Amino acid sequence: MTGTVTETLYLIAAGLFILALRWMSRPDTARRAVAAAVTGMLLAVGGTLISPEIVTYKWIALAAVAGIALGVPLARVPLTAVPERTGLSQAFGGMAAGLVGVAKYYLWLADGQLTHFRMAVVAGEVILGCLTATGGLLASAKLAEWMTTRPITYRGQNIVSFVLLVVAAGLGVWLTIDPTQSWAFPIVVGLALVFGVLLILPIGGADMPTVISFLNSYAGLSAVAMGFVLESKLLIAAGALDGSSGFVLSIIMCKAMNRSVTNVLFGAFGSVQAVAKRAEERTVKSATAVDAAELLSNADSVVIIPGYGMAVAQAQHRVRDLYDQLAKRGVDVKFAVHPVAGRMPGHMNVLLAEADIPYDRLVEMDDINPEMPHVGVALIIGANDVVNPAARTDEKSPIYGMPIIDADKAQTVIAIKRSMNPGFAGIENDLYYADNTLMLFGDAKAVIGDVVKQLSGEGAA
Amino acid sequence: MKLDLLTALFVFMLATFLGMDIIRRVSRLLHTPLMSLTNAISSIAVVGALMLAGEAPDRLTTWLGALAVFASTTNLVSGYLITDRMLRMFKRREAPKS
Repeated sequence: MTGTVTETLYLIAAGLFILALRWMSRPDTARRAVAAAVTGMLLAVGGTLISPEIVTYKWIALAAVAGIALGVPLARVPLTAVPERTGLSQAFGGMAAGLVGVAKYYLWLADGQLTHFRMAVVAGEVILGCLTATGGLLASAKLAEWMTTRPITYRGQNIVSFVLLVVAAGLGVWLTIDPTQSWAFPIVVGLALVFGVLLILPIGGADMPTVISFLNSYAGLSAVAMGFVLESKLLIAAGALDGSSGFVLSIIMCKAMNRSVTNVLFGAFGSVQAVAKRAEERTVKSATAVDAAELLSNADSVVIIPGYGMAVAQAQHRVRDLYDQLAKRGVDVKFAVHPVAGRMPGHMNVLLAEADIPYDRLVEMDDINPEMPHVGVALIIGANDVVNPAARTDEKSPIYGMPIIDADKAQTVIAIKRSMNPGFAGIENDLYYADNTLMLFGDAKAVIGDVVKQLSGEGAA
Repeated sequence: MKLDLLTALFVFMLATFLGMDIIRRVSRLLHTPLMSLTNAISSIAVVGALMLAGEAPDRLTTWLGALAVFASTTNLVSGYLITDRMLRMFKRREAPKS
């Protein structure tokens, strides 16, 4: 009887998860989505806790309290740290799947209930779970810049990684054929853990939005595999929703960079520095905050193009002040957000929303590009590759073919940049040398602060 | 309740197609909260972990299960809280001009 109640609660939970994702399609219904998903989760957990198989709550309570104790502070990180939190949560998801797989394996092995089918799904769960766990941790470390964000490569890298995965999968198949060869199981676990590390090592900072989406997909698939192991429809359905969302996002990210999935994973993008520096030293026009304030306040329309530099400098609130000042003067200010700007999908939108910039001012790349020739000033804040005209014109450039925001077509371009160092992809950007470009060197937060000061009247003529 | 392989694959296939269709319709504005929400949803793995830690058949299983409960509870709590925190920030109205 309880079994039916539990299964019914699971059914309702699955329905609520689907509704939640539907409501995520628009900002005005999105908060309802969280409420639906939370309700679904509570029903599912409640349904599990009342099952008669559960004989002790001691360990559950202890682990849950510890989980809440870590989860609450993790939800309070600054929004610039959201990418590394996401990587960490994918690692935890993978870890949970891996642990359950290992536990089930030894349980069934001891009981002699390890059928071929069970062995196959356990192997799948453990491989997926473990590689997501270490991959997520490493991605998180890269995103938090605890280690270099440049790709780490060595000779024969792809072959080593490939062989490792084949050996792990091969041992998994062999275990499926003969589940009693229990010595091979820890090796599968170990290889999968190492493979997760190898998968992320060659990925550079600029590819992180794609890779974080992939890891999302893997985390979902490990939940699906757990569903096959535990024979749970709810786990399969919820895991598949997560897996497909990661997959769709990866495809969107790949398209936005004009790269294939294999190229992102194995291409070690950004490891090579710019091929050959031009012989002649080129000069850039550098401007002061006073010049920038003058230009911006006299323009009819301004398009602000934020990039990772804005996140690093935590400049979003200064950008909001600038927006206020310009809007007060009747300047039409829009924000053009490139799909891969930042370190995860949608990263810039969240930061701008945090600074209270209304979301109807945020315009997608495809909608803003036709307007660019009529734009008075394009203000680039810490973005680089996503506005590099080489993507349109230079067939030899590694980013050739990538869709970009056509900042160069604006009447005047102001680029805020720390220094002339090339961006993550290590590619020179001709935009900075163009006749209509002015460079404002310095920390984005400080520079925009100065411009705002000029506009708000302090020192302005 | 037993689940046979074909039913399981059936559920997997339908949920995947449904998921891809729904996710494609999500506004680009919301891709970051979308990712944290789907992460939180996939912490439904807690259900499996709870069974292991609660059945407590032997010490190893209990420990692994409890650790898995810990990992998925962390995800669940932080995932929902941060999604809600981000979504609260998305506002359409222009703030009243000073």
